[in-house]
Amino acid sequence: MLKHQVIIVGGGLAGLRAAVECAMLGVDTAVLSLLYPVRSHSGAAQGGINAALANMPECKDDSPAKHAYDTVKGADFLADQDCSETMTTDAPTRIYELEHWGVPFSRTFDGKIAQRPFGGAGYPRTCYAADKTGLYILHTLNEQAVKQRVKVYNEWAALSLASDGAQNHGLVALNLQTGEIGAFAADAVIFATGGAGRIYKRTSNAMQSTGFCLAVAYRAGIPLKDMEFVQFHPTTIIGTNILMTEGARGEGGYIINKDGERFMQRYAAKAMELAPRDIVSRSIQTEINEGRGLPDGGGSVYLDLRHLGREKILERLPGIRDICISFLGLDPIEKPIPIQPGMHFIMGGIDTDKDGATILPGVFAAGECACVSVHGANRLGGNSLLECVVMGQRAGAAAGKFVKGKASALKEAVLNDALKKTSAEVDALLKSSGKERLVTLRDPMQDAMTDQIGIYRDEKPMTEAVALLRELRKRYRNIGVDAKNLKFNLDLLRTIELGGMLDVAEATATGALARKESRGGHSRLDFKTRDDANWMKHTLAYFTPDGARLDYKPVTITKWQPEERKY
Amino acid sequence: MSQTVTLRIYRRDPELDSAAKYQNYQIELTPGLTVLMALYHVLENVDKSLAFRASCRSAVCGSCGMHINGKNMLACETQLATLGNEVLIEPLPHLPVLKDLVVDMTTFWDKYERVRPYLIALKEPPPSGKERIQNVEDRKRIDEFIDCILCACCHTSCSTAWWDKEYLGPAALAKMYRFVADSRDEGGAERLKIVASEEGVFRCHTIFNCTEECPKKIPITFGIQEMKKKVMWGKLTGKI
Repeated sequence: MLKHQVIIVGGGLAGLRAAVECAMLGVDTAVLSLLYPVRSHSGAAQGGINAALANMPECKDDSPAKHAYDTVKGADFLADQDCSETMTTDAPTRIYELEHWGVPFSRTFDGKIAQRPFGGAGYPRTCYAADKTGLYILHTLNEQAVKQRVKVYNEWAALSLASDGAQNHGLVALNLQTGEIGAFAADAVIFATGGAGRIYKRTSNAMQSTGFCLAVAYRAGIPLKDMEFVQFHPTTIIGTNILMTEGARGEGGYIINKDGERFMQRYAAKAMELAPRDIVSRSIQTEINEGRGLPDGGGSVYLDLRHLGREKILERLPGIRDICISFLGLDPIEKPIPIQPGMHFIMGGIDTDKDGATILPGVFAAGECACVSVHGANRLGGNSLLECVVMGQRAGAAAGKFVKGKASALKEAVLNDALKKTSAEVDALLKSSGKERLVTLRDPMQDAMTDQIGIYRDEKPMTEAVALLRELRKRYRNIGVDAKNLKFNLDLLRTIELGGMLDVAEATATGALARKESRGGHSRLDFKTRDDANWMKHTLAYFTPDGARLDYKPVTITKWQPEERKY
Repeated sequence: MSQTVTLRIYRRDPELDSAAKYQNYQIELTPGLTVLMALYHVLENVDKSLAFRASCRSAVCGSCGMHINGKNMLACETQLATLGNEVLIEPLPHLPVLKDLVVDMTTFWDKYERVRPYLIALKEPPPSGKERIQNVEDRKRIDEFIDCILCACCHTSCSTAWWDKEYLGPAALAKMYRFVADSRDEGGAERLKIVASEEGVFRCHTIFNCTEECPKKIPITFGIQEMKKKVMWGKLTGKI
């Protein structure tokens, strides 16, 4: 049986940052990842990472406190204010550290880290490296992990935790390359597995962003928090929903409808295109719903960069230009880009405190898969990469502290039981004569999430979606796979993942149906306003075989009383 | 009128098959259909045993480098319509095949690790505790080389790397150059010593396959020649 003091599941920004932290603390650390770390979806992040560095002439009086306030207001006051403040206070240290490790940030005329305006921020606060910030940070952190000689188990999928209810003892995982199922003993496990975009049809997320490990934690009794808060990014290209960075608007890009109107003036007259994402996405959707979308676009409007000029686009936005050329066959220097809102980010996730700890001793989580909550009901652009490095570091430090200088209390019997149980489940799936298949259950799930748990929500469609998802979960019991060879069996892996995706989707829809208000990314046609008296609270979803059981817990308010959000 | 394309896909499990089979799959060409999405169509609807790597589907993760109609490219950013009526899809050449289009990348990552692929800074961070100052021109010098996504399209197109398994190859050397050209890196002669050998920069015979097949258009051959110059200068001045 393989054993490490800390095993980090996932090799993206949060996972690698946690791994580097643990390794620097001298803890025996391993990363177990479905993908080679540099393949992680953090690399697709484009626009930048927020920190109040005050490097630009127009942001001399920016501060972590102002960054925290913008974050809390952007969150529609559902963020835990102490946590948001911790994140923004840690931010400058983490960014300077990234620079010291070699991240090639773009520079100001005087050689400092360059910053650009982003939505919902009072100052140009988003540190960037052209429009490939995530890629460069991901590769730099991978380099640091190589330097620290962190052991990486590549192309392993974590399938289940080994908990005795009081403590976790490790995990069970599938080696995709061989089909072998193995148990890993670990005093601490840190989940850093990213988002769940693929429970939706239209998403900016990678094919591998299934959210499966949220279900792994959820099934082990750890609650998922605030799952109903889903972020739709305003600008994803039509068809594939690949991201067009918010940096495009930060650099001055316009969003226009079929009449050529910059319609944001009717929705957020002051902030215009740089209102927070929930507001811009709703505005675009309203334009489309009211017939002002592009005539042949299948629900889209334009992102127009032409006035920025060739030089600025080539210098600041080269990556999205390449994407437009490859995937749309158009050059944004010459033509506007047809875009539509697409599912982008889950504000919710595995419930943690501000050190990444969950209620199950020995299990931590950081990054998009976790919910601290620093983003509340809506995340500001540039705060997700920040959350990854801040919470990755904090979770790494906390896990290191948890395992250090203490006799390991791992129970091999618990691990063996978990291995036996999970192996039997996979075996049963391989032998199943069930008639259901991946596609027959996944497609209706993705359609329901996109159409009924989307940008605008309403009682009846949400009720139908919850019923459908519960039905799909039942039908999943009758699922089978066609490919039987264990080696690199994508059919098997994706079918296993679908089971977890259905659990996560059902928790999301159930939380959304229950929350009778509109707040941030959760916007209901039947309850149009925020209701602080009844709903200033976090949703907690607990796993039961029949679906999510909901509970709630209070939001921490320190400095800023809830106010109306105006931009 | 719907048009169909024939995908001719390399299939092999080395433990079961002594030689590769090529299987044909008919695909209806729809607007915007990429090679990767065509592979997913096959996987989900036609042959569930097909194995390939993919994730971001937007040309940034580097998972889906493949040998398509005789050239290395990313399946995700390649429009099927540009490839003709019959499209030959094979794994990246000259790496051991694990299954179908999935290759064993072990030696590729080993070479990446051998070049000390991280910034070497001898001095402590500046006393301010803030970022190092790097001027815009210095930062521009690494513009192209930081774009590497480690997809291995260059490495597996290099005919020199095919026959010399010890050669570091273009990807590892491009990574090295990313640091050599970075004004913040202080690896200096110690760093260059790693590549100052027959299996390092001097094995590059300027065939330019790597530069031609790099999906990110990185001028890899140029970077390798720059390092040859630096190594030669280091040898002449006795620093290497």
